[in-house]
Amino acid sequence: MGSRASSLLREEDIEEIKKETGFSHSQITRLYSRFHSLDKGENGALSREDFQRIPELAINPLGDRIINAFFPEGEDQVNFRGFMRTLAHFRPVEDNEKNKDPTAEPLNSRNNKLLFAFRLYDLDRDDKISRDELLQVLRMMVGVNISDEQLGSIADRTIQEADTNGDMSISFSEFIKVLEKVDVEQKMSIRFLH
Amino acid sequence: MEGSYWDLVLLVMEVWLFVVLGLIVLPAMFGVSLGFTDLYIKVLVKTLEWATRRIQRGQKEQDTLPAHLPNGIIERNDDSMEEQIVELRRSHPKFHSVGDFTLCDAFYFCKKGIESIVDDEVTQRFTSEELVSWNLLTRTNINFHYISVRVTIIWGLGLFIRYCILLPLRVTLAAIGLSWLVIGTTLVGLLPNSNVKNWLSDVIHMTCYRICARGLSARIRYHSKENRPKKGGICVANHTSPIDIVILANDGCYAMVGQIHGGLMGVIQRSMVRSCPHVWFERSEMKDRHAVAKRLKDHIADKSKQPILIFPEGTCINNTSVMMFKKGSFEIGGTIYPVAIKYDPQFGDAFWNSGKYNMVSYLLRMMTSWAIVCNVWYLPPMSIQDGEDAVHFANRVKSAIALQGGLMDLSWDGGLKREKVKQSFKEEQQKMYSSMIVGQD
Repeated sequence: MGSRASSLLREEDIEEIKKETGFSHSQITRLYSRFHSLDKGENGALSREDFQRIPELAINPLGDRIINAFFPEGEDQVNFRGFMRTLAHFRPVEDNEKNKDPTAEPLNSRNNKLLFAFRLYDLDRDDKISRDELLQVLRMMVGVNISDEQLGSIADRTIQEADTNGDMSISFSEFIKVLEKVDVEQKMSIRFLH
Repeated sequence: MEGSYWDLVLLVMEVWLFVVLGLIVLPAMFGVSLGFTDLYIKVLVKTLEWATRRIQRGQKEQDTLPAHLPNGIIERNDDSMEEQIVELRRSHPKFHSVGDFTLCDAFYFCKKGIESIVDDEVTQRFTSEELVSWNLLTRTNINFHYISVRVTIIWGLGLFIRYCILLPLRVTLAAIGLSWLVIGTTLVGLLPNSNVKNWLSDVIHMTCYRICARGLSARIRYHSKENRPKKGGICVANHTSPIDIVILANDGCYAMVGQIHGGLMGVIQRSMVRSCPHVWFERSEMKDRHAVAKRLKDHIADKSKQPILIFPEGTCINNTSVMMFKKGSFEIGGTIYPVAIKYDPQFGDAFWNSGKYNMVSYLLRMMTSWAIVCNVWYLPPMSIQDGEDAVHFANRVKSAIALQGGLMDLSWDGGLKREKVKQSFKEEQQKMYSSMIVGQD
């Protein structure tokens, strides 16, 4: 009569994830249920195909970049800890009242949310958004509807506006500066209904 | 000693058959109910309520998120892409509302993507609905832990009753029902075409389905019987399992549409068509849309033939939503009689997850559930209106069925159970976004 999905997740694991990510106990079990339902191979880890099976994600223009964010460099599988660590970036900031750990910066801080978005653009993970990378991501978002020249000029203008040190690419600090007035906490957060 | 042992066995079998035939099959054939099922359901409801209360008491210590909320588990923003991106850009230093690109645009796609990873509308429709409270069947026990000795005892008792008493009974009934169908329709098929033949055929079909319904301990409630499908019409319903056919055919005679199978299924199909016209296709014929449409058109043109029964979703969905209706059946003309079927998941999960279970294991699960309790609503007939195309008409019928059955109305294709989503949807989004950053050209 034991339950199937949640019995694979031990209390100690839940506590550790709680400490690391800040999700509540019930949110963690709910997300574990979700992880389990996506894991068609039932091997305790998700592959890129498992994500692609979600229709709404498969039709998202940046779907591949988002999926990539879950997988550490060079790996093809993500386990539940990794899954939660990535999702933790999207916890609302106001939920941080209970978890006052002054040493570590929480995963859902404004800075880390911006870093997540920065990495969507930074394809080769060299901490710089080059013109080429920006063009590629733009191409993902617009499909075939805009010509190369037009896209090129959009990319040039964007870099020009953001680039302060003249190296023709956007570093993370330049990225933060451009978006300093944007309400990142609101826009990059997902709220549970309970 | 040997002799008396066998005598005993024979005696038991005779009594068993007598009980089954006398108390179940005969009343079923005449559509009479002796009230056993109703009594059984009443006792079951009381027991499940008691179990629910015990479980809730046990769960009060742990706070758990409700299993399945109709609106999902996270807050969603349903504004359009344009509205949300403009909102994002509002605080940008160089605020251009349309006709420009800003780095924060990616936030919109990012958030939408993460939301769909946490909770999406589609993938949950292809697995059984999660129950809010456990109904004492092992198979639905996903989130419920051990509660108390008493609940375990009741569960064990339930297990015994379901597997050792109900299952053999139900299997016997199903066997009787199906063999009756095959033999009866073959015999009726030998008669020359006449009114008597049609009447006999209807009787045989109905009694078989009634016996099968008893074989599932089905309690079906039909609403608005005045809207029942008439001859020359097309009956469309939402699809949850093969049992839908038994449910609907308990209250009327339909012409079935489908592919000819081999094996036992094929035998049944071939004998059924001897006594009254059903529309069976070979696998190769199904690819030719025109041939299919033509045969269906011919069938409904003949007003003496039974209404056709079609499930436009094309695949089994888990009865929490209605997915896209394929337009084929709505292009033929003729009056559409929509029917909504809603199963009560408390008594047994009727959804056939064809990826996970084959037909035999599915039927076994059905026969070891508590019961099949469902509501059937006959909706007023609908026809295609002037200037309306088949897709629009199909969506109109789908919404009506979803509304009546209390199901979510989705436009996603049920085919997503097995296939990948069409890339054209992605292209639509890309187009929409492009028009935002270069303005309308």
